Amino acid sequence: MANEIKMETRLAQAGSRGDPRTGALTMPIYQTASFAHPELGRSTGFDYSRTANPTRLALETTLAEIEGGDRAFAFGSGLAAIDAVLRLFAPGDKIVVTEDLYGGTFRLFAQVARPIGIEPVFVDTSDTDLVARTLSDSSVKGLFVESPTNPLLKVADLGALAELCRARGVRFIVDNTFLTPYLQQPLAWGADLTVYSATKYLAGHNDVVAGAVVTSTSELSGLIGFYQNAVGAILGPMDAWLTLRGLKTLPLRLRYQQESARQIAEWLREHPRIDRVYYPGFGGMISFDVHDPERVEAILKGVNVFLFAESLGGVESLITYPLVQTHADMDPELLVRLGIGNRLLRLSIGIEHPDDLISDLEALL
Amino acid sequence: MKSETQVVHAGRDRDPYTGASSIPIYQTSTFAQPDPAHPGPYDYSRSGNPTREALEQALAELEGGAVGLAFASGMAAISSVFMLFKPGDHIVVTHDVYGGTYRALTTLFARWRLDHTFVDMTQPTLVRAAIRPETVALFVETPANPLLQITDLRVMAAIAAEHQILAMVDNTFLTPYLQKPIAFGFDIVMHSVTKFLGGHSDLVAGAVVTRDDDWGCRLKAVQNTFGAILGPQDAWLTLRGIKTLAARMEAQQRTAARVAEWLVDHPRVKQVYFPGLPSHPGREINESQAAGPGAIVSFELVDRPTTLNLLKRVELSLVAVSLGGCESILSYPVMMSHAGIPRPERLARGITDELVRLSVGLEAAEDLIADLEKALND
Repeated sequence: MANEIKMETRLAQAGSRGDPRTGALTMPIYQTASFAHPELGRSTGFDYSRTANPTRLALETTLAEIEGGDRAFAFGSGLAAIDAVLRLFAPGDKIVVTEDLYGGTFRLFAQVARPIGIEPVFVDTSDTDLVARTLSDSSVKGLFVESPTNPLLKVADLGALAELCRARGVRFIVDNTFLTPYLQQPLAWGADLTVYSATKYLAGHNDVVAGAVVTSTSELSGLIGFYQNAVGAILGPMDAWLTLRGLKTLPLRLRYQQESARQIAEWLREHPRIDRVYYPGFGGMISFDVHDPERVEAILKGVNVFLFAESLGGVESLITYPLVQTHADMDPELLVRLGIGNRLLRLSIGIEHPDDLISDLEALL
Repeated sequence: MKSETQVVHAGRDRDPYTGASSIPIYQTSTFAQPDPAHPGPYDYSRSGNPTREALEQALAELEGGAVGLAFASGMAAISSVFMLFKPGDHIVVTHDVYGGTYRALTTLFARWRLDHTFVDMTQPTLVRAAIRPETVALFVETPANPLLQITDLRVMAAIAAEHQILAMVDNTFLTPYLQKPIAFGFDIVMHSVTKFLGGHSDLVAGAVVTRDDDWGCRLKAVQNTFGAILGPQDAWLTLRGIKTLAARMEAQQRTAARVAEWLVDHPRVKQVYFPGLPSHPGREINESQAAGPGAIVSFELVDRPTTLNLLKRVELSLVAVSLGGCESILSYPVMMSHAGIPRPERLARGITDELVRLSVGLEAAEDLIADLEKALND
């Protein structure tokens, strides 16, 4: 964070000083399309809500501040945010991309970017030497990294990757959805842009679909701001307000979720019917392979505390079957090579008591 | 069913579970799944949300199309349609297209090698001449923004059919209450829902309706992949707005006709553009394809000082961008909606420094006229 104030403090008051006229403690929901001009050629700073809306701006300002970014931009979904970043590249460019990333992002690169001439090169970005070799191709103009990855929770060395990118003039983009700025600050490590599915931990209540881009320079802000306005894949004021409301409790939620996830990962590691646990030691996401794939259906059907649903990062704990839900659009070959198989389940740990979550799994294993 | 009834009951106008007469706002990102082998009807709100779906179904019914899809803005809807095409494809576009569409085509999609030619679509021979082997679609706006030019929908649909290309139209100005392009053979209808459909200047939204399931499925895949969706709160507000669409459009276009007639006689007004006026060259075509002229009146003042003075003195109409709300909105295209078009091209299209556009709202005609009169005579 750019200033000394702690993130908990900044977030507790997110949007709290946004309406000096009334002093309202929460940001008003500006459910308006347009803004009257005081006179011709004079604007209040707001003309049309696609271009800028005060409620969305309060969210965008908060996101930029907690990450020490130049500016932030809120979009209709995480994929709409990633699409805006894709538009920085031109036909003929290559982008090196984390191979085991969210299935929707994979689909965007493979089925939207590739047909317009932007070639994704999927590699294991937790292997810094491999990334360095891949970046030596001069047509590579971008590096897009998820860390930890989805669903295998592999961790990349962001500082080392940023250095490689800087040396080669490659744009470095980090999808920071899983950890949020509260646990990881990619811009401070030297990333040019961070992207978020704000649907997840940032909003945190499984009640909004939203996305965001945070930029490191005013040049990038100019470009992303132009695309946000020109394409118009914006976030509506109600959803911006709910995201802002969710952000107030981000540190509380994430601390508790991480603590529970550590306990549950420990417990899973000891369990005889679990073959492998994927947990990097931080964050609220855990993936694991059950020994017997036949049990998967019974687990998904039998959970009482966990909800069987896709998505993650909310106050409710979710259990997901990546092979058929989040990663259904990935190349079958890649799924096999990565180990995303019929035994893999993913947990998003919520804020229920960890003992109840463990009992729920224990009864089914 | 009459259009007035249809707008009140289109789509899923009640909650299938509780019978509530208004669909609930499903402010949820995800949906719990009962059983891995039998996924439920909804899994994730980007892919499908019951509130958004109720709106999408209503829009499809109103337009008489197979599939309706709701987006985060009119530009997100139009951009998503452009994403259906591949590099090297070419589209023929009406020359007086909305400035935002112009900007997306010339600065953004041109970069992804979606090629375009602007033509005056009131001249079918020019449209025919602009079609190339790579042409995949015609993009029509009628009445067009801001000069209210009328394009013949039947002729455009016939040209598209002849060349086996898509006929697409931005139907924002008239809405399906007054004009249903799919009935004339159009394949894709687009909307800035922000305008008359939403109708209250309180949300930003867009929509696309396709004639058949095939293009509907392709566009739904773009909606899910690109994710420029409309949130549930805004979808619900739009549904709420659509219920009064017929009442609003009728009142607004009646008032617009009175204001237009009054403007014609005013000595400081050089020219009035309104498809309901006998002098409008497209009046007959509009009457043959639409149930009314709509509620947008553009007019040119005698000189620039009069124009600036009007914009400064007017009190009842809000000076703002956008249109189609309950409030009358007076806008200045050269500095607002069409600022994205370079000046020489703007002038070539008749968008002069003396042109203003009035979106007539629900205020009484007498009050609007008195306000304009005072501002013009000051």
